[in-house]
Amino acid sequence: MVTGEHAVAPQEELPGGEGARRRDFINIAAVSVAGVGAATVLYPLITQMNPSADVLALASIDVDISAIAEGQAIKTIFRKQPLFIRHLTKKEIAEAEKVPLSELRDPQTLTERTKEGHKQWLITMGVCTHLGCVPLGAGEGEARGVFGGYFCPCHGSSYDTAARIRKGPAPKNLEVPEYSFTSDTVVKVG
Amino acid sequence: MSFPWAKHYEPKHPLMQWVDQRLPLPRLVYNAVGAGYPVPRNLNYFWNFGVLAGAALGIQIITGIVLAMHYAANGMVAFDSVEHIMRDVNSGWLLRYAHANGASMFFIVVYLHIFRGLFYGSYKAPREMVWLLGLVIFLLMMATAFMGYVLPWGQMSFWGAKVITGLFGAIPLVGPTIQTWLLGGFAPDDAALNRFFSLHYLLPFVIAAVIILHIWSLHIPGSSNPTGVEVKGPQDTVPFHPYYTAKDGFGLGVFLIIFALMLFFAPNMLGHPDNYIPANPLSTPAHIVPEWYFWPFYAILRAFTVDIFGIPAKLLGVIAMFGSIILLFFLPWLDNSPVRSGNYRPRFKQFFWILVVDVLILGYCGGAPAEEPYVMISQVAAAYYFAHFLIVLPLLAKLERPLPLPGSITEAVLSGHSGSTLSTNTNSAPSAPATH
Repeated sequence: MVTGEHAVAPQEELPGGEGARRRDFINIAAVSVAGVGAATVLYPLITQMNPSADVLALASIDVDISAIAEGQAIKTIFRKQPLFIRHLTKKEIAEAEKVPLSELRDPQTLTERTKEGHKQWLITMGVCTHLGCVPLGAGEGEARGVFGGYFCPCHGSSYDTAARIRKGPAPKNLEVPEYSFTSDTVVKVG
Repeated sequence: MSFPWAKHYEPKHPLMQWVDQRLPLPRLVYNAVGAGYPVPRNLNYFWNFGVLAGAALGIQIITGIVLAMHYAANGMVAFDSVEHIMRDVNSGWLLRYAHANGASMFFIVVYLHIFRGLFYGSYKAPREMVWLLGLVIFLLMMATAFMGYVLPWGQMSFWGAKVITGLFGAIPLVGPTIQTWLLGGFAPDDAALNRFFSLHYLLPFVIAAVIILHIWSLHIPGSSNPTGVEVKGPQDTVPFHPYYTAKDGFGLGVFLIIFALMLFFAPNMLGHPDNYIPANPLSTPAHIVPEWYFWPFYAILRAFTVDIFGIPAKLLGVIAMFGSIILLFFLPWLDNSPVRSGNYRPRFKQFFWILVVDVLILGYCGGAPAEEPYVMISQVAAAYYFAHFLIVLPLLAKLERPLPLPGSITEAVLSGHSGSTLSTNTNSAPSAPATH
């Protein structure tokens, strides 16, 4: 520090303003280092709020669906959120298929939302795409809304028999998670 | 800064002189809320609510610190620890009811404080910064209250947290990432509960700091008054102490009586029975509503049911809800009328009361289920809310012919009725308050 102060003389005494430029360089360099340092410190402070490893650990679940009769649905938990597994009736499948895509807010066919050869199994998250409530319709005797699928009691979103949004404030269809059939009666979700 | 005729702090006792020379804290207090702060002599009881809001914050901080000694922020035990406070902790029921109802009292007082400012034009020059800082305090209060409501980890806590963080999920592209970041997971859980507790403990002290700035910026021009005419001389003011410490003390007594009535006779009146059911991620309560003080904003959120110009209804609702508060930050520049007080603005006065009724209607609809006719009423009421600030106030400033202002505060006081025209007022046309 002391040597630095002696080495750089007051700027007006140096020819061509050379001292001023050196001083500016040191100033910018110091502020830059401090800035990068501050940003580096900020990063862990911000990212600590992201989901921790145990929350992120992909808990994939196996669900036995053999006991779900046609027309019935079950609720289970996947990644701490409700998951709906619904055994569609022939009538519900027909209803979902006759709707023209142009009428849909988030156009998707039932085929796109189910697995090949398992069209009767509608597997979706039970999380309304509006503000995250659990829609009714999976439990016995719950209201299914005017389109016969699911009905969210919070703000009145109605989903059809392919769990597609038809009415109300929700912007998207109920999310279809990643899953596969490990056998005809067991589904692996996640 | 103060008026030149403000009393000076002159410590008599040698000890106080010794302190004053080393740390002039008593001097600061004397000049801020003592005899050293001259205040307009004509303040009515609506000017009590600033002090009452400060008292309410004090009650919240004291009861909150004590409750935190018995509460555990973990999803497994949070609900039980609150019941433990209610049943086992000595006087725990009283402290928790005081904290829960204290929040309601805080909002009642602050809403009256805000509407006082709206009626008397307290947001106008040179007090814009007082208004802006007040809005910052209001936003901090809402964040604090929301996070506090999550802590008991009942059904309304859990689903409230989910719905409110879901608001951020409506932001295009980055929304879901932000929501996950806020919650520290895909749904409210321990991570969310712990950070909400941490911030719920921190924010009241941030509020206290902003209150200091709020008062500081108020004391630069000095308090406004019901006539909206600036102070012109020593005859227009009285010292804050003892005149307004006494008046505020009386108001505080009334406030505490009402608070005690709620606390001892209707402690659950403003709560929701659903929050006495432990949080259940698999079952949504049939009727999710926030606490009453959020109802007007909740009604605006829900007023949007169809997409407009390809923007999803959900995003529109969120924009409108935040917009309804952001809008208030522009109020000092939307209302250009040089006359501050609503007492001298006959048309403004009528529209002010329409706004009051409009906000009450929004509040009612926000607490009602999301069905007709409430949705349609919310839509009309939300439309008026925005129209009031964006269309009515700017137009009134141009078109309205205000009543003549009194020559000074003293003149208004001595005439006995501050709202009428005064024969001694020589201004034929309304003029801006003169002192700047």
